[in-house]
Amino acid sequence: MRRLLIYLVGCSLFAGFLPAATAQDRSPLTETIIRNATVLTITRGTLTNTDVLIRNGKIAALGKNLKAAAGARVIDGTGKYVMPGIVDCHSHSMLDTINEGSLSVTSMARTRDVLNPNDIDLYRGLAGGVTTLNLLHGSANAIGGLNTVVKMKFGRPVEEFIFPGAMPGIKFALGENPKRSSFQPQPGQTRRYPATRMGVEEVIRDAFTRARDYQKTWAEHRAAVARREKNLVAPRRDLQLEPLVEVLEGKRLVHAHCYRADEILMLINVANEFGFKIKTFQHTLEGYKVAKEIAQHGAGASIFADNWSYKIEAYDAIPYNAAIMTRAGVNVSMNSDSDERARRLNIEAAKAMRYGDLSEEEALKLITWNPAWQLGIHDRVGSIEVGKDADVAIWNGHPLSVYSRVDTTFIDGQVFFDRQQDLARRADAQRERAALEAAEPNRPPAGGASPRTPRGRRPAHDDDLGKGDTGEVEQP
Amino acid sequence: MKNADGRRQTADSRMQKADAGKCTLRYTSGFAAAQCGKALPFRQRPIFLARLRLAPRGIASALIKTLRKGVAFPHCAAAKPLALTISILLIAGIASAQQPGNPTTQSGVTRPRGIFAITNARIVTVSGPEIENGTIVIRDGKIEAVGTSVTVPAGARTIDARGLSVYPGMIDAGTAMGLVEVGQGASGTVDTAEVGELNPNAKAIIAVNPHSAHIGVTRVDGVTSAMSLPVGGLISGQGALINLVGTSPAEMAVVPYAALVINYPRTSAGGGSPFFNELPQTILTEALAAANRQVEQIRKFLREAEAYGRAQDAYAKDKALPRPAQNVVLEAMVPYVRGQRPVIFRADRETDMRGAIRFAEEMKLKPIILGGDDAGKIVGLLKEKNVPVILTGILDLPIREDDFYDTLYENAAKLQQAGVRFAISSGDSGPNVRNLPYYAGMAAAFGLPKAEALKAVTLYPAQIMNVADRLGSIEVGKMANLVVTDGDLLETRTHVRHLFIDGREVPLTSRHTELNDAFKNRR
Repeated sequence: MRRLLIYLVGCSLFAGFLPAATAQDRSPLTETIIRNATVLTITRGTLTNTDVLIRNGKIAALGKNLKAAAGARVIDGTGKYVMPGIVDCHSHSMLDTINEGSLSVTSMARTRDVLNPNDIDLYRGLAGGVTTLNLLHGSANAIGGLNTVVKMKFGRPVEEFIFPGAMPGIKFALGENPKRSSFQPQPGQTRRYPATRMGVEEVIRDAFTRARDYQKTWAEHRAAVARREKNLVAPRRDLQLEPLVEVLEGKRLVHAHCYRADEILMLINVANEFGFKIKTFQHTLEGYKVAKEIAQHGAGASIFADNWSYKIEAYDAIPYNAAIMTRAGVNVSMNSDSDERARRLNIEAAKAMRYGDLSEEEALKLITWNPAWQLGIHDRVGSIEVGKDADVAIWNGHPLSVYSRVDTTFIDGQVFFDRQQDLARRADAQRERAALEAAEPNRPPAGGASPRTPRGRRPAHDDDLGKGDTGEVEQP
Repeated sequence: MKNADGRRQTADSRMQKADAGKCTLRYTSGFAAAQCGKALPFRQRPIFLARLRLAPRGIASALIKTLRKGVAFPHCAAAKPLALTISILLIAGIASAQQPGNPTTQSGVTRPRGIFAITNARIVTVSGPEIENGTIVIRDGKIEAVGTSVTVPAGARTIDARGLSVYPGMIDAGTAMGLVEVGQGASGTVDTAEVGELNPNAKAIIAVNPHSAHIGVTRVDGVTSAMSLPVGGLISGQGALINLVGTSPAEMAVVPYAALVINYPRTSAGGGSPFFNELPQTILTEALAAANRQVEQIRKFLREAEAYGRAQDAYAKDKALPRPAQNVVLEAMVPYVRGQRPVIFRADRETDMRGAIRFAEEMKLKPIILGGDDAGKIVGLLKEKNVPVILTGILDLPIREDDFYDTLYENAAKLQQAGVRFAISSGDSGPNVRNLPYYAGMAAAFGLPKAEALKAVTLYPAQIMNVADRLGSIEVGKMANLVVTDGDLLETRTHVRHLFIDGREVPLTSRHTELNDAFKNRR
């Protein structure tokens, strides 16, 4: 009972504190105007002293001295910068679990089934100007689970997170993680196939060979139905192969975790052989060695700015990767793969200016338009244009400056982060915490079990740190 | 970056598991029941360090891969004959992988000190006012002259820095630079943590690899010096303050034995992984007792070292006394228990920092806090006791779920406003130390004045490590560790144009620039 009490009090403590309280601050207004700001449109250059009119969740107008409806929220943007909400093309935020690591092909597993809309790191990401995430399955398997693209509507029901119309996708993984090279089987446990890069290729080839057969079986059945044949028995549905058939038919995007140049080429060859496309290579640390081939295939690359040396296959990673691939014609994005890094993707983008001299606009594209393209949502987000979703952030300085921070973040025209609101709530939050700490059930007991700290969270899933994607969640 | 709270506990627990049964007490003093529990791993590496201990078999494949990669590289040194032993192969493999291009740039074969003049520069001295259109003269490793009316000496190599700025090189006081090359899958390259709990004689300066690719990669972004710190056990060892250039550790050393590192014992309560390996909930009283036992273990060891030092001194004065046995482990402790050199306590939480400060006072140590996530909550105590803090967590996720989103971003500003001595560190083991300026920049975005942010990665770490007479600012007589840039030193888009370390001009090449050069024009 005591424990239950502690738990309940703990829950209320967090419910009270967490900035979920933004819900009450969220204006019911349908119109907002940001006046006299510098607008980084991404696709149409930089507009100075410009107003941004947001109406019904969309960007309604850009220009000078725009008229807003009476009662519209007016924000003075003087000296401030408005940029599109950042799109993070590789995240494991919100996911209660990352890897269905028991098999090498888990295309039947869906991230959509494990979304936690109360993940506090969503709020921390919003405070870094991020608005859209590509939630990917982990990289334990050659063919992993299905992704979910979300808008970070922290504080709202999970159904409202799902990005409308985003292309469905699937995670693939190559190299050390799917071959489990850093994973020690428990005693009595046999090693999972594959254990080499040869095996990884074979697993993918085998899966698509089966998927093609499955596709034919259904095609034959449908043809028979069309011929009005009698007494037909439909083939058994195969939830593992269905998503792969969608890949073959171009209805599902492949996001393939990879490091080394050779495995990138391997997957391009397999994809070409089976007639499908890789939409993005994820991490792609040696992409700069085969930029030409990636560009020829038409794939994008979603990368880290400068992470390297955390494992052998990351030893040849260089921070010039973004610049080299961009110049070779590859669509490049910078992702976080980490709830921590997600909060400062603006700095990650700026690194492409330091290493390889990308222009300001090219650097900004790495975290806006390019990842939007990689997810097939560039008609909705990724730039500031009339008619697009009002997913924007107001920064107090140029977002590529290390000295800048976010003032306000909008999704569909609604405020999901506002620094002033956050600051205004702090005194109350601190008082509430103090009161709860003083409450009897929360006082340290003289003996017995200690009050539980908040349950250990699933790791932030830095693939780069060898956690999460590789080791944290395997089954014994 | 260190993990959120629960995860770090998990990592620690995993370390304990990994260590269980293997741990032997390196130094055995009077108390026998030394347990091998607490081993605060290096922030970024806890889980795989643990895993590596469990998985030594990975080494062979890592070795082969490293070799293969090295050999595959176009400009790589020739592969070594296969007849060599595995251990030599390992060294050769790593070395060849690290030296794909011009070996002089990778291995840091040191150029001679000479006479240099940097002219027409904006000089950000850090310790004094900025100088527009100034000249700096470097001779024999030192800054000979700084100012607007400085004459360029005959024979000086002159760098016209019109439109450029000169800063002192940055210093990261919380790394493991050179002690680990590739953490996962190449345990042969990991020299961060010794076996056992009390290892004051594990000296970073012995194992720093001057030819680590991390060193070149770090310095070309303007970080010219680093504290390299061991990480294991309760007393991890002695950290070294090194310059990031040199062919040998001796050439790199600024202060070879700069500080003792103690992982202050932490009370672990609850937590555990949400997954299959969830640990039973800790009994608070037991957790407190366990932490206290560990503190007691350190205390006894320190007292023993004091006694050892007194006995040796007495014998030195009076050879008629019975000759006390020599003991390298206790010997290593003597300057620290006498307060002659600083002791770095790794501690992040309020209770642990309070404990460490109390303990240091009791034992008359010279404490420095490394970590300091909760330091903003105890500024009064830190100020009162004059304990400096090296912040490593500015870009970590806040410890607690209900911490404000910018708790760690603004930590430095809180210390600065309260007058607490502090420095900013990346806390990274090596490869990402080059990102140090962005840690300071983020602190500046959240309330720390820009000038203070710059000091936090230059003059302040030098002061805390007691080397401000040599490092940390641009002043006559100081070591010529200088960075010439085309913009603000802390801004991401800024480029480093020239680099001097210890008065030697260092080429702006690294493993990364060499790979870039090799592949950027591939068509």
